[in-house]
Amino acid sequence: MSERTIIPFGPQHPVLPEPIHLDLVVEDEKVIEAIPSIGFIHRGLERLVEKKDYVDYVYVAERICGICSFIHGLTYCMAIEELMKVQVPDRAQYLRLIWSELSRIHSHLLWLGLTADSFGFESMFMQSWRLREYILDIIEETTGGRVIFGSAKIGGVRRDIPLAKMDEIMKKMRVYRKDVAALCEQFMKDQTVKHRMRGVGLLSREDAISLGAVGPMLRGSGVAQDIRMTGYSGYDRIGFTPITETAGDCYARCMVRVREMDASFQMIERCVEQMTDGPIEVKVTGNPNGEFFMRSEQPRGEAIYYAKANGTKFLSRLRVRTPTFANIPPLLTALAGCQLADVPVIVLTIDPCISCAER
Amino acid sequence: MATQQIIEISPAELLEKVSAMKAQGQRLVQICCSKLPDRLEVVYSFDQDFTYVSYRLTLADTSTLVPSISKIYGNSFHYENEIHDLYGIQVQGISIDFKGNFYRTALKTPFNCAPEAEVQVPS
Amino acid sequence: MGMLSRSPWVIHYDGSSCNGCDIEVLAALMPRFDVERFGVVNTGNPKHADIFLLTGSINEQNKPVVLNIYNQMPEPKVVLAVGICATSGGIFRECYNVLGGADKVLPVDVYVPGCSVRPEAIIDAVVKGVGILEEKRAALRNNLKSAVSQA
Repeated sequence: MSERTIIPFGPQHPVLPEPIHLDLVVEDEKVIEAIPSIGFIHRGLERLVEKKDYVDYVYVAERICGICSFIHGLTYCMAIEELMKVQVPDRAQYLRLIWSELSRIHSHLLWLGLTADSFGFESMFMQSWRLREYILDIIEETTGGRVIFGSAKIGGVRRDIPLAKMDEIMKKMRVYRKDVAALCEQFMKDQTVKHRMRGVGLLSREDAISLGAVGPMLRGSGVAQDIRMTGYSGYDRIGFTPITETAGDCYARCMVRVREMDASFQMIERCVEQMTDGPIEVKVTGNPNGEFFMRSEQPRGEAIYYAKANGTKFLSRLRVRTPTFANIPPLLTALAGCQLADVPVIVLTIDPCISCAER
Repeated sequence: MATQQIIEISPAELLEKVSAMKAQGQRLVQICCSKLPDRLEVVYSFDQDFTYVSYRLTLADTSTLVPSISKIYGNSFHYENEIHDLYGIQVQGISIDFKGNFYRTALKTPFNCAPEAEVQVPS
Repeated sequence: MGMLSRSPWVIHYDGSSCNGCDIEVLAALMPRFDVERFGVVNTGNPKHADIFLLTGSINEQNKPVVLNIYNQMPEPKVVLAVGICATSGGIFRECYNVLGGADKVLPVDVYVPGCSVRPEAIIDAVVKGVGILEEKRAALRNNLKSAVSQA
């Protein structure tokens, strides 16, 4: 048996835009075990509920993560609405759905670029980020922000999209849908990509369930679990079906995300067809009381917001369980037994978002 | 929205109840702790086909030992390290025990400390 | 313009930001904004870097990491605090695990506010940083000259 060495990976590493630290126990080139150590970005923002009231906290919730910012804010709002028994108007729900799906497309394009970059496919990195800019333009036109939208609020949304604008956006979206599909096809059919990803970082269906994987990580292992199936915020009305792949390797996880992007374009299209005019918010009065676990599907998987209120302006506890935090144990299983050179690729196929994970 | 319920249990029953959940093929979704003025609550949540069931332990303070469920659910180790580091809950027998080094914060058990301690952190 | 300012190399480290500013830093390198046309290169190695882009606020754990990167960078060097968290701590200032902005540990040359900061602002900041870099280089050279003449 050859000697075991421990190789530290991170926190400052060229493929990682964010700090995470892994101690990789290797035997020659083979990874035997990976031990994570986190806490570089831990801010302790869950405790800010003691200092900011439940209306103001929406802004903090949005800033848990700069990639799935809108869905974080939205989930927080939905948790409070559930506690206060607020019925959100239909149009607001559709608008929330549109922004959620736009976030998903931009997040998946971001991920596609970073993953391509992790094995040196730099032109794909540039191309997918170029397309992502067009999606960000639409987001900026409709909400005013590129990263932090600030458009979710308790009881509805802050801004409406006028009809004329909506038509204009849909015209553009149809073009972008084709562009994104063409880009994804290039990526998925590429020989090198297949070579680097097929059979790498395997996670079996049983492991995925027992280790609590979420999102594309779980669906890539053949489990049809997507919180959007519960039909929050209007997903029940547009006929949502989850996307699954069965191989459980890096390639399958990529395939899930690629197919999800196309599904998101389709959902936005259906949403715009179904939308009718109406109010976009209801007035919310009083203070929340009780406790509730609100769940939503972010680009990276299931997020859980546990809100516990005591009838005052300040919540007594807010707990955020983010998808990356849940995906760390399955990642360690997927890393065990891989080659050292494959580590960046496997880490990136969980689409890590460390600022979410550490809060 | 799918249903959800919270069932109160005692620390002694925990392992048995969690094993039963595993046998049913439930997913461990999260473990979380809440600090209330007079007590601490630890909630274990499970999910299967969008039915959300939680078990809740109520602890008077951090002196009670809580058994680790990491032998049953392999992914519980980082939730258990989290409640240990942030609240000081004593969890026994975690599979990967970071011994308080999972979240390396300047302030020990920041979610469960006296308000005076917090003021001393350099600003 | 000197050699340095024609092609400043940049190192980026995420202190404890929410990711928003980091993806905007990366977006500035992409075809839409393309700072590489000004010769700006993003490097992963602190010893290659002239400009340190720090996003996010400082906490006890990342303090040694940030200092380590800064100390490894060759003189002259410029520090940009990108985003409101890096300038003052921003919305997370009241959190128990946040010490404050980048200036708690490093001498910051350019502050770039915004939540999140826009890529245009990052490009502006880098251009400003290049100016400061030139000044620092000139000062360094003068010091060296006077040291030589004294000896």
